[in-house]
Amino acid sequence: MNNSQKYTVSKTLVFYSFLLISFIMFTDCETDNTQTVTTFTELIMADEFDVDGAPDPSIWGYDTGTGFDGWGNNELQYYTSRSENVKVENGVLLITALKEDYNGASYTSARLTTKGLFEQKYGRFEARIRVPRGSGLWPAFWLLGADCDGVGERIDSNWPLCGEIDIMEYRRQEPTSVSGTVHGPGYSGLTDPQGQITKSYDLQNDRFDNGFHIFGIEWGPEYINFYVDDALYNQITPADLEITPEDPDNPGALGEWVYNKPFYIIINLAVGGNFPGVPDANTTFPQSMLVDYVRVYKNMYDNN
Amino acid sequence: MKNIKFIYLKIICLQALLFTALVSCERDLSDEVVFATFSKVGEIFTDSPIGMGSDFYFPYQGSKPTAWSVDDEVSYKGTSSMRFDVPNANDPEGNYAGAIFRVDGAGRDLTEFDVLTFWAKASQGVTIGQFGFGTDFLEDKFVAVIPDVDLSTSWTKYIIPIPDPSKLFEERGMFSYSTGTRNTNGYGYTFWIDELQFEKLGTVGQPLPIIMLGEDVTMNSFIGTTIDDLQRSACIFNLPSGEDQLVATYPSYFSFESTNPSVASVSEDGLVTVLNSGTAVITASLAGVQAVGSLTIESSGSFEAAPEPPSRDAANVISIFSDAYDNVPVDYYNGFFAPFQTTQGGAPPLDFNGDMIINYTELNFVGIGTFFDVSPVNITSMTHLHIDIKVNEPIDGGDYINIQLINDVGGNETSGTIPFGASSFVQDQWVGLDIPIADFGMGDLTRIGLLFFISDATISNIFVDNIYYYR
Repeated sequence: MNNSQKYTVSKTLVFYSFLLISFIMFTDCETDNTQTVTTFTELIMADEFDVDGAPDPSIWGYDTGTGFDGWGNNELQYYTSRSENVKVENGVLLITALKEDYNGASYTSARLTTKGLFEQKYGRFEARIRVPRGSGLWPAFWLLGADCDGVGERIDSNWPLCGEIDIMEYRRQEPTSVSGTVHGPGYSGLTDPQGQITKSYDLQNDRFDNGFHIFGIEWGPEYINFYVDDALYNQITPADLEITPEDPDNPGALGEWVYNKPFYIIINLAVGGNFPGVPDANTTFPQSMLVDYVRVYKNMYDNN
Repeated sequence: MKNIKFIYLKIICLQALLFTALVSCERDLSDEVVFATFSKVGEIFTDSPIGMGSDFYFPYQGSKPTAWSVDDEVSYKGTSSMRFDVPNANDPEGNYAGAIFRVDGAGRDLTEFDVLTFWAKASQGVTIGQFGFGTDFLEDKFVAVIPDVDLSTSWTKYIIPIPDPSKLFEERGMFSYSTGTRNTNGYGYTFWIDELQFEKLGTVGQPLPIIMLGEDVTMNSFIGTTIDDLQRSACIFNLPSGEDQLVATYPSYFSFESTNPSVASVSEDGLVTVLNSGTAVITASLAGVQAVGSLTIESSGSFEAAPEPPSRDAANVISIFSDAYDNVPVDYYNGFFAPFQTTQGGAPPLDFNGDMIINYTELNFVGIGTFFDVSPVNITSMTHLHIDIKVNEPIDGGDYINIQLINDVGGNETSGTIPFGASSFVQDQWVGLDIPIADFGMGDLTRIGLLFFISDATISNIFVDNIYYYR
């Protein structure tokens, strides 16, 4: 899908005027972390979550159920598209994890995806998110290659060949930190030792569950830059794709750079799973992940 | 004429009001006005006490008053630390260490901080009873403590989150500690604290306030009852390490709300008073966050007292528990026999405007003891045992309460048991049991030491009154 055709100029203009309004409204609000967008200035897609109700169906679809082995990670939730688990309210997207018996699972939550609705190669992908406060929760904002098919649902999903870019993953064990990661062929992360290419960012004098933060990547032909708010904290290039475990016959060989094709967006809140562990007794439900907006820009000098 | 007067009066009042309003507009605060401000210093001890004045160390009663000193040999940072020598359990000067550090002078404004922190280590790995702040031996309003703190032999930073900093705009209780030798077989030890200060970290999570141990509790009650269960509240904070820290908090940090204040009101310090019949749900919040747990009061109105026992010659009564007679000394009305007993209540009895009532809840069995510190009861000359019981719950067919007497507890024990089935009781009504003592079938009645109520949890909530032997 060629996304530059998807949004007309008039829509963009409408959005820019909205931007102006929000700028006026929030101009003296200290906590509004505005990132400096340099070359990635052409807004291609934006959902500001300003209309209460179900998320815009022209942008968002859902992965539902429990996948295989808890979406491949021993997660505990059953994903639904019910309004109890996902809705837009008061200008934010609310993804809410509930503790309830539902089709054999003990929790429910939601996983939104733009697969088949919005897919793009390169650009700036960003979302302003407040992660939930409890333990045993796994909020994430990430991308999968458009040629991925049923990741977490089927074993033959074409993963890790199709590529995965995790813009934000968080767990309460490290309340001041998030991580950005790529998973691909030779560095899937399913090996022992794990081999995904990752780095975490540590917030100073604050923690992620106390407020909104902007999580973003700027992605071009030979690089992916990871941002939190206005801080660039990691750059991944083809030279970083170390293969794990190392091939003794071919030491120093690198994994394949599978990021020269369109990817789609996933936003989800998992419960339990290998990364955060199970919720502890002090964690009360419901627990919500709040998304203020999702925006995708393209590089003004890049014609894809 | 009267009307006219009133109208004039009103006009005058109005004019006065207007005048006041106008005047107050003119009288802005001049530049010379200085608001009373309190010290915003966070440090309490770095290499010496900071801004504490001269008379700031107040030991807890019974603790060793000389436990605290400044140690110039040991420090985490700088030259000195605070040293606490916890005495042996048999130390004649005090068998534990504990004190508060209270500012000698005006309180401090701590509203811009979010935690109290310090570095600590001990002469051995040891669990300290508690650390905290907010205790000033004056009002003790905004007390917050962390219990059971593990210290190791290397310096470690500890964090006590402030439940709601906005409350601490004039606080004198900077620090408190209390610990003994229960976990060290009575042997003393030393611990050191350094860099004790209030700080703004920003990395502590939002509080999770808790009342009623996080449960939604329903209590049956009556007009005139006061309930203090809300006073035991707490907060859980997630620390920067990702670990949760429980902070025991005084109720002044909380805002309480009753859905029906005419049925049950709740004071600022969490004391509930039942005023009328009906239902009221009491919830709480801390710094705008709703607390987990609630207390529902179901008030059935005025308390219905047990029937007044007949007046008897003192020689014809041995009373265990009654307002009508003089009671013999009793060890307890609830022995809390661990680990099998679940029964709560009776210690102390409820007081309904002077009418004392035992309320056993979660009853499985419970004993009234007269053998430990008091003389066993000799009932050989008595013919009957009287007990008034009101069952405060629906009664099922298989329910029962067995009454058991035990003679010569711990010696040559003998016992007798009389069962009372479901048909013996009526829900929410007083029933008087008059049991012939001969029915217990006991040979020796000279040293009755225990009177048991045994329901095996078939009946769990009862009122008991007027327990006496008579002839």
